[in-house]
Amino acid sequence: MSKNFSLRSLLVRPEVATFLMFLAIMIGFYIANERFLDARNIRIVMGITPEYIIVAIGIAILMISGEFDLSVGSVFALVPMTIVQMVHQGIPPWFAIFLGLMIGIIVGFVNGFITLRFGIPSFIATLGMLYIARSLTTVATAGFPPPFPHILPNELFVYQFELFRASLYWALLVAVVLGVMLHRSNVGNWIYATGGDQNAASSMGIKTGNVKMFCFILCGFLAGFAGMIQTFRLEAPLPSQGYLLELESIAAAVIGGVSLFGGIGTVFGAVIGAILIRFLESGIIMARIDAEWFRAGLGSLIIIAVVFNTYISRRATRIGQNKAKD
Amino acid sequence: MEDIIVCEGLNKYYSGVHALKDLSLKIKKDSVVGLIGDNGAGKSTLIKILSGAHQPDSGHIYFEGNKVKFKSTKEAMNLGIETIYQYSALIPEMSIARNIFIGREQTQYNVGNFGLMKTKTMQDDAMKALTDVELHLRSPDTPVNQLSGGERQGVVIARAMYFKSKVLILDEPTNHLSVKETNKVLRFVEGLKSQGVTSIFITHNLSHVYPIADHLCVMARGEKIADLDKKETTIDHLTDLLVNG
Repeated sequence: MSKNFSLRSLLVRPEVATFLMFLAIMIGFYIANERFLDARNIRIVMGITPEYIIVAIGIAILMISGEFDLSVGSVFALVPMTIVQMVHQGIPPWFAIFLGLMIGIIVGFVNGFITLRFGIPSFIATLGMLYIARSLTTVATAGFPPPFPHILPNELFVYQFELFRASLYWALLVAVVLGVMLHRSNVGNWIYATGGDQNAASSMGIKTGNVKMFCFILCGFLAGFAGMIQTFRLEAPLPSQGYLLELESIAAAVIGGVSLFGGIGTVFGAVIGAILIRFLESGIIMARIDAEWFRAGLGSLIIIAVVFNTYISRRATRIGQNKAKD
Repeated sequence: MEDIIVCEGLNKYYSGVHALKDLSLKIKKDSVVGLIGDNGAGKSTLIKILSGAHQPDSGHIYFEGNKVKFKSTKEAMNLGIETIYQYSALIPEMSIARNIFIGREQTQYNVGNFGLMKTKTMQDDAMKALTDVELHLRSPDTPVNQLSGGERQGVVIARAMYFKSKVLILDEPTNHLSVKETNKVLRFVEGLKSQGVTSIFITHNLSHVYPIADHLCVMARGEKIADLDKKETTIDHLTDLLVNG
């Protein structure tokens, strides 16, 4: 009986449902075209996925704390663009990288400051930042995308190994470190508490403003870091980079079981969500379906994931309450 | 018996409204004090001041004989004054164990204030804390949203006990609870006395607090209008005070 219950409690974990969805999609596309899972395709898909994983993790943690960041797509372009331009101005590459990543941190701080200081929805504060940071990126290109300076240490971040790129290991490092932080450290407990019920959390002495600020900064930093990896991979800084990425990373988080209302979600879920989206895109192309169907597929996936998660979480609560009555 | 909390001449204004008028109050150690009054009587203001959430505009608070000034709830909690608010101070989606240790996690490998939680110790201690208040739940990993209202109050009380609170302020702990669940909560509170915990039980429902209170304090319009030992009063007298001020 107790075994039975633990299986059920495993099934009601949202990220497990996402994982099952992931398996279903992988198998489905494999049946449609068996080259979907050969080394070549996995190498292509997993070459671009790490960047999305890193952004999705930042978004997921921020959403768990109860806030949003719509500016990640713009920061994803702004940070690498400034790094490249600074190197062109003669700033040493590593120092340029440091300053560039600081811009991601500053944008995160400004997002958090405006949201928390003026008590406005982060949706609005970061929507403003979406336009501001994108505009700054275009201004920084000075009208023409600059060439990629090859003195930048891009191999360290994107070197292509046999199957995977170095960026995947960076993404895994981010996932492990932040997974431990979110699920095992006291900071993680504060993040869940803040997003779960801000009043209750602050009545227990948690500085919810600081917790949210930390999550905003982390999200801005990760968006900038991921954008840098993409530019290093493409060896071309494009002002349009990361366009619509904010919605896609929220989609990844939500598909991975992160709640829009805060307090629920996991790093693992966000990782699976991001991978799922990239394989969905690839699978649609491999199955010789018109690539324009990707967005329709993604949209359906979001809706299915959220409906399913809502359904099982209601069921779980009901099971629990019946159990409590027994 | 000695007084654990003494308030002298507390005043509080909220944008011109005189919410608390020159309130003085003595609370004896290891007693259950019923703080009753209709809505808007100033009960919540008084609790917010005692719990450190708000600061009085004038007046003094003495805790165990020492003058204290709380700048935050954390400061009051560190001295052993724990407040249980109307809305349950629990995070619904989080487990019982995590809820018990919110903001006071047991950690290892610390860097400054940050560290990894000792999950196993926290689970074991959470179970022990629950058993200490006679609350027998299946697992410390159960999310709080799967518990009944009375059980949730039990978890909050267990948390306060675990952290060795000296004073427990309960703000309408029986609101929205069924009769059966209410009795459960009243039993928890009654049990606190023998464990050396003073409780301040705020309610507008006299019949809940009367059976377990040692002392009753009636408030109306921001003032204290009666401050009586249970021996000196009856439920009818108190009802009359509540209704007619």
